Amino acid sequence: MEKKVFERTKGLTEILMRYCPGCGHGVIHRLVAEVIEELGIRKRTIGIAPVGCSVFADEYFNCDMIQPAHGRGPAVATGMKRVKPDCIVFSYQGDGDLASIGMAETIHSAARGERITIIFVNNAIYGMTGGQMAPTTLIGMKSTTTPFGRDPRVAGYPIKICELLSSLEAPAYLARVSVHKPALVLKAKKAIKKAFQVQMDDLGFSLVEIISPCPTDWFVTPLQAIDYVEKKMIPYFPLGEFKTPEGKKEPLKAETQKVVEKV
Amino acid sequence: MGEKLLMKGNEALAEGAVRAGCRFFAGYPITPQNEIPEYLSWRLPEVGGTFIQAESEVAAINMLFGASACGARVMTSSSGPGISLKQEGISYISGANLPIFYANVMRGGPGLGNIAPAQGDYFQATRGGGHGDYRVIVLAPNSVSEMGNFPKRCYDLAEKYRIATMVLTDGLLGQMMEPIEFDFEAVEPSKLPEKEWALGNAEGRERRVIRSYDLKPGYLEKMTLKLEEKYKKIEEKEVGYETVQVEDAEVLLVAYGTSSRISKEAMILGRKEGIKIGFLRPITLWPFPTKVLSQLSERIKKILTVEMSLGQLVEDVRLAVEGKAKVYLHGRPSGGIPTGEEVLEVVKSIMKD
Repeated sequence: MEKKVFERTKGLTEILMRYCPGCGHGVIHRLVAEVIEELGIRKRTIGIAPVGCSVFADEYFNCDMIQPAHGRGPAVATGMKRVKPDCIVFSYQGDGDLASIGMAETIHSAARGERITIIFVNNAIYGMTGGQMAPTTLIGMKSTTTPFGRDPRVAGYPIKICELLSSLEAPAYLARVSVHKPALVLKAKKAIKKAFQVQMDDLGFSLVEIISPCPTDWFVTPLQAIDYVEKKMIPYFPLGEFKTPEGKKEPLKAETQKVVEKV
Repeated sequence: MGEKLLMKGNEALAEGAVRAGCRFFAGYPITPQNEIPEYLSWRLPEVGGTFIQAESEVAAINMLFGASACGARVMTSSSGPGISLKQEGISYISGANLPIFYANVMRGGPGLGNIAPAQGDYFQATRGGGHGDYRVIVLAPNSVSEMGNFPKRCYDLAEKYRIATMVLTDGLLGQMMEPIEFDFEAVEPSKLPEKEWALGNAEGRERRVIRSYDLKPGYLEKMTLKLEEKYKKIEEKEVGYETVQVEDAEVLLVAYGTSSRISKEAMILGRKEGIKIGFLRPITLWPFPTKVLSQLSERIKKILTVEMSLGQLVEDVRLAVEGKAKVYLHGRPSGGIPTGEEVLEVVKSIMKD
């Protein structure tokens, strides 16, 4: 008897992905899709595709999908979750989308404690437009708009999203993971699952930042890209959980009454 | 239905939207429309709806994008500067064929301008406003009663054609009080037919995708030509206007919203003096009442457009008239409000021309 040890997850469609060799999106898509399937929520999950390389996520994830404007995912997710509280809503975004043009939507949806899940892929570059500087591009890193390397006096410093959002009251789960090594891929999946679980338990906002290689726009080979993640990106963007739902078993409650009494 | 109420224009608009089935509002404060979010902040929770004060106009319109995609009757409102910010989202919503309703309570512009009533956002409203080839249905009320009753018409049109619809009004209509009677039965949104395109619970059906892009060569052209089919149907079927005493008119006044009330007053004053003035008010600014205006210009050779802007409505009038009559403009921009007497003086000078 042959035993099936590996199969395609139902969380993905059968459309072939068009990501570059060595890109992290394929792995991350698969992890998210597996989590959705394993949690048994595929038929009530709505995904939001970003603008960027993963704009095609709306073809790849095998659930209801929407494709809004650059950076607006968390606002769209807010609207969806508020009118469909029983649905699971996730927004898949890159660094330009989430940490640059959509920074306001990111911070405010987190501050409001929207019951949504954000999958934030940080590859330190604008991929689809051809390798321009991103808000997470490292100091000294070359891009098509920092041809001599990112100079902090001109272009400032890369933004650490998990650390930034940690200062807020409402987020229930914030974690940074990486997919450049098999062992870390498994850890990444655990974090993604936890983030979705937090939403299912109605505990609040959850975001997983995933460090991902982009050999094409870093102008290196896939192996060199993995090396770059290990030696340059991880030291600046340390992995780990920044906020966990432990001790936060109750959903946020309205405190309007109290405030009125105090006044 | 049936009961007569005394309401402020902005509150009538908000209440009208709720009665028309609106259950989701996201917006950002700006004068002179603040009564709308303030009213809805307590009124929507009362009927089980959602009110969100968004971090920006950009976020607000995108919240609508999400909520509308899930099938809810949604609304946002703002004034010129905020509507400018919403244009990005309106373009995406139009490309994605989603029904939404929004209101622009116009103030003086450009820039931060002032908070006085004005009509300077006509171009922005009737030409789409954002990027790409698209249209938005624009209704222009001229009374508190219409402020309250037009949201229902907007939702009906929005869902019939899967299109963005708006009420274009101004600070004067928003702030003043008048009696109003709602002319429709309150809509219970849970009883509306299910939208066969909405996202959400996918049990027992294929997955659905809502988007405004297609990168395959030639496909976007097909998508946009499909939009045009819809726009042609709307231009054929949904034009709304009001005419008064055009039968024997020698001069025709054309105006919408607040300036239409002023123009009507000028007409009444003029008629008392024996001047044969007629009156046409476009109720839908897009689709524009091109046909009727074209027909009237066969006979009436002098047309005066009255607007609280510097020559925006007059362009649509000229396009409709196609040179068959002489078209004049009386425009007061950025908070200037003409009076009936002032308009009548202009009519008299035109008669001599």
